[in-house]
Amino acid sequence: MGGYKAGPLARIIAWATVLYLILPITIVLPVSVTDQRFLSLPEHGISFRHYANLLGSESWLNSIGQSALIAVASTVIAVVAGTLCAIGCWRIGRRSTELLRAVMLLPLIIPSIVYAIGLYRYFGRLDLLDRFLGVTLAHGVTGIPYVIITVSTALAAFDPRLEQAARGMGASLGQTLRWVILPRIFPGIASGAIFAFIHSWDELVMVLFIASRQVFTLPRKIWDGINENLDPSMAAVAVLLILFTIALLAVDGMLRSRRDP
Amino acid sequence: MQRSAIGWWLLLLPAFLLMTVFYIAPILQVLTISVTEPELGFGNYERLLTNMGVQRVIGTTLRIGLVTTVIALLLGYALAYVITLATPRAQRWWLLGVLLPLWISVLVRAFAWVTLLRRQGLVNQGLQAAGIIEAPLALVWNEFGIVIGMVHYMVPYAVLPILASMREIDPRLLAAARGLGASRRTAFLRVFLPLSAPGLVAAGVLVFIFSLGFYITPAILGGGKTLMAAEWIKLQILDIIRWGLGTMLATVMVVAILVTLGIFSRIVDLRRMFGARA
Repeated sequence: MGGYKAGPLARIIAWATVLYLILPITIVLPVSVTDQRFLSLPEHGISFRHYANLLGSESWLNSIGQSALIAVASTVIAVVAGTLCAIGCWRIGRRSTELLRAVMLLPLIIPSIVYAIGLYRYFGRLDLLDRFLGVTLAHGVTGIPYVIITVSTALAAFDPRLEQAARGMGASLGQTLRWVILPRIFPGIASGAIFAFIHSWDELVMVLFIASRQVFTLPRKIWDGINENLDPSMAAVAVLLILFTIALLAVDGMLRSRRDP
Repeated sequence: MQRSAIGWWLLLLPAFLLMTVFYIAPILQVLTISVTEPELGFGNYERLLTNMGVQRVIGTTLRIGLVTTVIALLLGYALAYVITLATPRAQRWWLLGVLLPLWISVLVRAFAWVTLLRRQGLVNQGLQAAGIIEAPLALVWNEFGIVIGMVHYMVPYAVLPILASMREIDPRLLAAARGLGASRRTAFLRVFLPLSAPGLVAAGVLVFIFSLGFYITPAILGGGKTLMAAEWIKLQILDIIRWGLGTMLATVMVVAILVTLGIFSRIVDLRRMFGARA
């Protein structure tokens, strides 16, 4: 900013804050390779047995598999519904879709505990409790806002005359969507998909209420681990999850740099 | 023309249906239960005035929410200020430092804090080994632990709106103020701070709203001793099975959040705020 520099106090606070944000998370790395049986730093050497325990445990792998399936399925729901809705709102115009767009953002604002208790009763009646479908629907619906936001951002940079030109030359709505609009906003859709995926993959509060035995996702398993037995294999899961998140964000970063060179 | 207009409206349909049937309906159910169970009327809401337990939970939630908001704003403001004034290259690194924690699982972060702060945790061990303390400090499973974990979660949400509003400030204004003889301090207090105030308010509203309904971090770092609203609601519904009371507090929470947003909606552009995050 024009050569104007922040003062020392601001710089000190900023550095301290970033360290506070990052350092505590990195602590799980040394703890995950401890040679002890309990949560601690390695004493006599590094050991990977907690990773071996984890990857050899059927219940952990099962939870990881379930979480992945639910996250993929709910991402599909969120991406399809969210993308179509964002395109519709963009084309119809801000005024007439104002209320709808506000409603679509509600899941970001209303605490998930409120939604979760409502679902608990609601799904009970629909026989969707502890079902793969139930959790997928809940995660999918609450993932819609992420997609709407990223796709709307991508659409804002899209010249509406391209769409009018396509229609003017006789393309149907479906053809316009498929060949003109979607390719242009693909990076926005992909970004939305990544965030919807992470949203489902990490989601715990709804799962605590609407799933119990049949559906036992990874966050649920970690939650039980934290509350019951704090052992180093928890740290190993944490490390793997962090690496996975970093990988997803790296993919998003690559898409983004392609979008705005 | 007419037919194509209908086509565009049809695109809204899947999201609209999913949202109505699987989101709005369950939420409305919560509101309904709060006035119908155990009996029709506002009996549950009367407890707000008479029940000490409910009042204590609301007090705790507001207190922790406010403390968290103030600290997160202070840290977030300094961070956003330094980011705004940094070179584009440095900005990218700073942003990475803010956004990375934002996307790492809340559970993983809470677990890391427990590892560090519990009685036999790494912080207490380190301090004892260094001979600074004799008995372990109670750093977690109390309000202190909750605030540490919540501020950690909220700082990125504070940074983003503040940063967005700081980026709109013309940098030449600061140089001009200095050129006209203002000290660094005056240039900051009289020029920069007022111009960035909308971002500060937006960040405050966002962080406060998020803290009100926060469940996971307070539940883990509070260790069941300090109850915040979300955990209290969970207790009412799953353990004590008092739907009326649980849904009542949930409704109060939603109303409080929507009213706050309504009041500040001129300053807080949610779309942009979340857009900045994504």
